[in-house]
Amino acid sequence: MSITSPSIAPVSETRAITAPHSTPPAPVRGSRRGLATAGKYAVLTVAAFLTLAPVVWTLITALTPADVETGQANVGLGAFVDVFQKIPVLLYVWNSALVTLLIAAGQMLSAAMAGYVFARFDFRGKRLLFGLILATMMVPMQVTIVPVFMLIRGMGLADTLLALIVPMIPTAFGTFLMRQYFIGLPPELAEAAQIDGAGPWKTFFGIYLPLAAPGLAIVGILAFNYHWNEFFRPLILTISEQNFTLPLGLVTLQGNLGTGSVSTVLAGVVLSMIPAALVFVFGQKPLREGLTAGVSK
Amino acid sequence: MTVQTALPAPTTRSVVVPDGAPTRGRAPRGNRLLVWVFLAPTVIGLGLFSFVPIIGSFVLAFFRWDIISAPEFIGVGNFVELASNPTVRVSFLNTISFVAVAVTLQLGVALLLAILVQSRMPEWLRTFFRSALFFPLVLSAASVSLVMSYLFNQEFGLVNQILGVFGIGDIGWLTTGFGAKVVVLLVYVWQNFGFTFLLFIGGLAAIPREVYEASSLDGAHGWSQFRHVTLPLVSPTMLVASVMAIIGALQIFDQPYVLTRGGPGDETRTAVMVIYESAFQQLDFGLASAIGIVLTVLIIVVTAIQFQLSKRFVFYG
Repeated sequence: MSITSPSIAPVSETRAITAPHSTPPAPVRGSRRGLATAGKYAVLTVAAFLTLAPVVWTLITALTPADVETGQANVGLGAFVDVFQKIPVLLYVWNSALVTLLIAAGQMLSAAMAGYVFARFDFRGKRLLFGLILATMMVPMQVTIVPVFMLIRGMGLADTLLALIVPMIPTAFGTFLMRQYFIGLPPELAEAAQIDGAGPWKTFFGIYLPLAAPGLAIVGILAFNYHWNEFFRPLILTISEQNFTLPLGLVTLQGNLGTGSVSTVLAGVVLSMIPAALVFVFGQKPLREGLTAGVSK
Repeated sequence: MTVQTALPAPTTRSVVVPDGAPTRGRAPRGNRLLVWVFLAPTVIGLGLFSFVPIIGSFVLAFFRWDIISAPEFIGVGNFVELASNPTVRVSFLNTISFVAVAVTLQLGVALLLAILVQSRMPEWLRTFFRSALFFPLVLSAASVSLVMSYLFNQEFGLVNQILGVFGIGDIGWLTTGFGAKVVVLLVYVWQNFGFTFLLFIGGLAAIPREVYEASSLDGAHGWSQFRHVTLPLVSPTMLVASVMAIIGALQIFDQPYVLTRGGPGDETRTAVMVIYESAFQQLDFGLASAIGIVLTVLIIVVTAIQFQLSKRFVFYG
């Protein structure tokens, strides 16, 4: 495919710049270029506004609950107090945190170990095994949920937090990611460790695992982000309220209220957003890399 | 000790590299134990919670089973049932039309915004716009849907209040079929376009600026530059982004469940919602598995078609 055929058209004075990386001269006031720049910022500002407005509205509404009698909105934390009275928020937060952190930790360790073996050892059937592991990523979770539900029941884990944790610890994507990471680390380190008399276990735990921390961060942050927010699995695998995670509890709260206090539900939503926002602020780079990993050429 | 030929510089930019030349023989004894111990959690875990369930789903699709009585073999009965059941049919049609519109919108919006964000601007502004636009990705779809259900509420929702200022009457966003479809679509795209946007930013950043300089000298600007330079060069990213967007959208559940419970009527019922309802509300596990298999086949077929089409449209320079 040809990139533009050379045209003999004279280069006009006013070029619209929408192309990335082009280096135009300073915009001329009133020219088409000035308009293009203004249009560009207008579109981006509107997009950013539409993205952030619902979040800001949620915060404002949660902080200005309407009085039950007068309907007057008062600034304060009343809605947050209300959430704690209406539903066992602390319990839900605890459940969510426990499930999320244990899955993240389990995925980091198991993916690091499997990824290390795939990156640095040879054994019969290695390629086939790795191919099968990657193949499991192709099947949507909703399709396997019925047999998983039965397995959980068969194991006697029905309606426990373990039902949410255990099936999610093995991770094909995490294994793939960690394998990539270990392939990039120099093999000479292992040779040096061997000369120093370190066994294979010590070589992994003492040398390679610490070096793989950035890769581990990606696996951990992705797991945290996904499982803190997930709704479908807890909806199916938890039955009693004492095992609900936060998103499930909030949806239940909305259902119970019907047209009750919007501020109360939104106060709960704000609480659930805090960890997500923290991950966003402090883990943005690993998060971005993780989301686009395995996709970029 | 067998060692793979290492690649330079650890980067987390995943590039699928072929295995190094396989070294002779097997790992020494001390290592062999380590290999199996390290593989055990992942291999046993995925075997138990991915492989066995996939096979289980296939088997179960040919049975009628309500968990209480013994499973009963009914051949293709479940598949006949899902083809003739109006609710299942409508939910698949809803899902397919939703995917068509949502993915088109998601790709278009993401590509436009990625091009704008990657154009010339101060670095702090670029960072601000990029962060703002992918923020919804870290929120829970259930919470977002809760928030949106209040915003689009017919009586007191902010959306209708704003529209009222412009003299547009109160719209039954969540109470009419068309309105509910539009809201589910908007809420889904609002939350998910950021992922596609990130992919495009990566794709655009990889285009060397010399290409643009050269094409500018050749007199390509604005639209023609987009059409003949940008578009062909991001087409590989476009392929990956569209495959992932379609796979994601085919599995939509959280938004319609929280916003409308599939209503009004069956207007916003989706394939995954029907899987959930037939299994965990009607206790028809065989039917649920059969629907799941149809959905999986749909995903595989669509992905295969895309890769076939890509041979004609994707430009690998």
